[in-house]
Amino acid sequence: MKTLRALFTPRGGIHPRYFKEPSAGLAIETLPLPKLFLVSLSQHLGAPSRPLVKKGDLVLRGQPIAEPAGYVSAWVHAPTSGVVKSVDSRLTANGQLAGVVTIEADGLDKAVESDPVNGDWTTRPVRELVDEVLKAGIVGMGGAGFPTQVKLLPPPGKTIQTLIVNGAECEPYLTADHRLMLEQADRIWQGVLILKRILGAGQVRVVIEDNKPDAVAAMEQAMKGTDGDVELVIVKTKYPQGAEKQLIYSVTRREVPSGGLPMDVGALVENVGTAAAIQAAIVDRRPLTERVVSVSGDALRTPRNVLARIGTPFSDLIAFCGGLTEATAKILNGGPMMGIAQSSITVGINKTTSGLLALSQARVPLFTSMPCISCGRCVTACPSGLLPCTLSENMEAENLEAAEDLNILDCIECGACAFECPSHRPLVQHMRQGKTKVMQRRKQREAEAKKATPT
Amino acid sequence: MSENPSTWVISPSPHAHSGDSVQRIMLTVILALMPALAASVLFFGLDSLRLTATCVVTCILAEAAVRRLMKRDSGIADLSAVVTGLLLAFNLPPTLPTWMAVVGSLFAIVIAKQLYGGIGYNLFNPALVGRCVLLVSFPVAMTTWATPHYFTGPMDAVTMATPLGAWKTAWASGQAPAGFFDLFTTTSLLLGNRPGCLGETSVIALVLGGVILLWRRCITWHIPLAYFGTVAVMAFGFHKLDPVHNLPPVYHLLSGGLFLGAIFMATDMVTTPVTRSGMFIFGAGCGLITMLIRKWGGYPEGVSFAILIMNSLTPLINRFTRPRVFGHVRKETPA
Repeated sequence: MKTLRALFTPRGGIHPRYFKEPSAGLAIETLPLPKLFLVSLSQHLGAPSRPLVKKGDLVLRGQPIAEPAGYVSAWVHAPTSGVVKSVDSRLTANGQLAGVVTIEADGLDKAVESDPVNGDWTTRPVRELVDEVLKAGIVGMGGAGFPTQVKLLPPPGKTIQTLIVNGAECEPYLTADHRLMLEQADRIWQGVLILKRILGAGQVRVVIEDNKPDAVAAMEQAMKGTDGDVELVIVKTKYPQGAEKQLIYSVTRREVPSGGLPMDVGALVENVGTAAAIQAAIVDRRPLTERVVSVSGDALRTPRNVLARIGTPFSDLIAFCGGLTEATAKILNGGPMMGIAQSSITVGINKTTSGLLALSQARVPLFTSMPCISCGRCVTACPSGLLPCTLSENMEAENLEAAEDLNILDCIECGACAFECPSHRPLVQHMRQGKTKVMQRRKQREAEAKKATPT
Repeated sequence: MSENPSTWVISPSPHAHSGDSVQRIMLTVILALMPALAASVLFFGLDSLRLTATCVVTCILAEAAVRRLMKRDSGIADLSAVVTGLLLAFNLPPTLPTWMAVVGSLFAIVIAKQLYGGIGYNLFNPALVGRCVLLVSFPVAMTTWATPHYFTGPMDAVTMATPLGAWKTAWASGQAPAGFFDLFTTTSLLLGNRPGCLGETSVIALVLGGVILLWRRCITWHIPLAYFGTVAVMAFGFHKLDPVHNLPPVYHLLSGGLFLGAIFMATDMVTTPVTRSGMFIFGAGCGLITMLIRKWGGYPEGVSFAILIMNSLTPLINRFTRPRVFGHVRKETPA
């Protein structure tokens, strides 16, 4: 095991103010059990989970309340014991309507009995381990929420040589991963070793930004004495350093081909929080029903890092952190670069909720957008090497062909362009619209081509 | 704004911004032009202020009026009209009649900027269009140069030729310009104590402005450096081949409108490329055309024309300097 600095840094990126100080030094605190839980059935990428409970059912902590509704889907578990009050469609923290199981806690927090352990994870069949990851409802906890078991089963012919563990945490304000690395490095590392065994990966790279030297030291301590090709890689602090493809580039200098997956370059990225969740599932036999949330922002009285059950209403977390100030102008699920603005705090946290931010008007000024002045700052900032300024104008002109030709589908929606734009143009909205429309157009074309050639 | 959710802002990500704006960029450019304005008043007196005020006021009024006629929001708050006015004035000889400055300003704002759609849509640098229209319309007034105050020359004339002009006219009639290097010393060129457009002469003041622009990220080094570099290399080559008829590189760098052009005009965001490599090509192209005009063209100076010609190539340069997209193999040049 050795520690080294990354030799490469991905193109573009920005240096926003990080605002990590308010919560970086605060130990993780456990939230007292809330009375009500709002558990979304669509906390992951892919098909929403199918509910297994109905109104009036009694549930126990860790009991499955929804099952996967497809290959790319996930199990969902009751965060505590209590009564199911309703199963209906509601606004969720993703900003979209989804099925929500509302559970009234009975305060006993009685856990469902878990299956007995079938031996040590170091010797159990890999297939069994993957199955337990699936059964534990584990999804990527860095933000994207991709069901983890899908990533652990690469199709025949694809192998994972490099397991990359993402501790970059490049979004401003967020310190959940930082604290987890400081306080539970051993758990994370055990989770990583489980992943390594499942994947048969020869190389392990733990990646942390250079603004978290204490997390580097903590992970180093946990990784000490591990044999094999294991490295702790320190990368330059810049946004979006922790984006999957950018991280792979920093570590391996390999670029995931456009439209491809990390496995196409033999890599797989898992967030440190996901690794800890895997450890909990395999070793402690606990499904994913809690996570660390950075509750921060200048409109919050006392920022904290909180260990909270999945489905905990935003309002409970906010109350635990001293409440909102008069100046509150925006509530976010996630960080300021890619987080989702909330219209209500009666939504539950998701497995991907790394942060809950309350920001004042001073931090979220309102803008009127102006014509592009071709300053080129978005071009310099774009980690994907796109021309956001031109693409945005293409979208205004509804020129989908030009947008596709300029590779709009390679946009990762990191927001670096819009952060830099002095004309305050809605670049990310244009990109999202454009990607959807270009995909539609592509499908249409394919359908027409199929019709044209009789089989 | 309060604890009441109905007052919260719902908007798509990102929710953070650098804090910079078009208005701030323009304000920075205005501030960066102030040292050169001060130097100009020092060397050319109140004429500098007269023309600068005329151009700035005319540009603002013209912008407001045209926007109103076109039933658009008044665009004057972005301060770009002020920048156009300042830059146009800086490109005028100090003795130019006020009404001509008005004509140039109107042309810059109405024709070159607003008829193209206003800020962001103009193809050519508005101030340079204004200057070139005046140059071809009023060639005498636009090439009559006041002798700066504190100028210590052998003659006592009110007007005299610019260094590049003196060099070119002398050799056009087949003789060496008498006493050229005593008249125009490097020190006087650096300070700005020489005849020329009112804002172009003080190299030191312009460089100070350039440092401000670089520091505030209003420009990058690519265009100015490529421009200076190309001019220096070509001037060096010409001078090496024929030192009698060609000025040494330091004169080509310091004695025309190069510093004003390379730092403030060739770096205009709207009319120049968006990619770093494109900016480099743009700057080098400006340098090449400037030197070709100075060497073989009819005018002693070529900075304005060079920048305008390169402005017209900006869309093409953007097209051929697209960055390689992450995860793509570099494709052949676009069709």
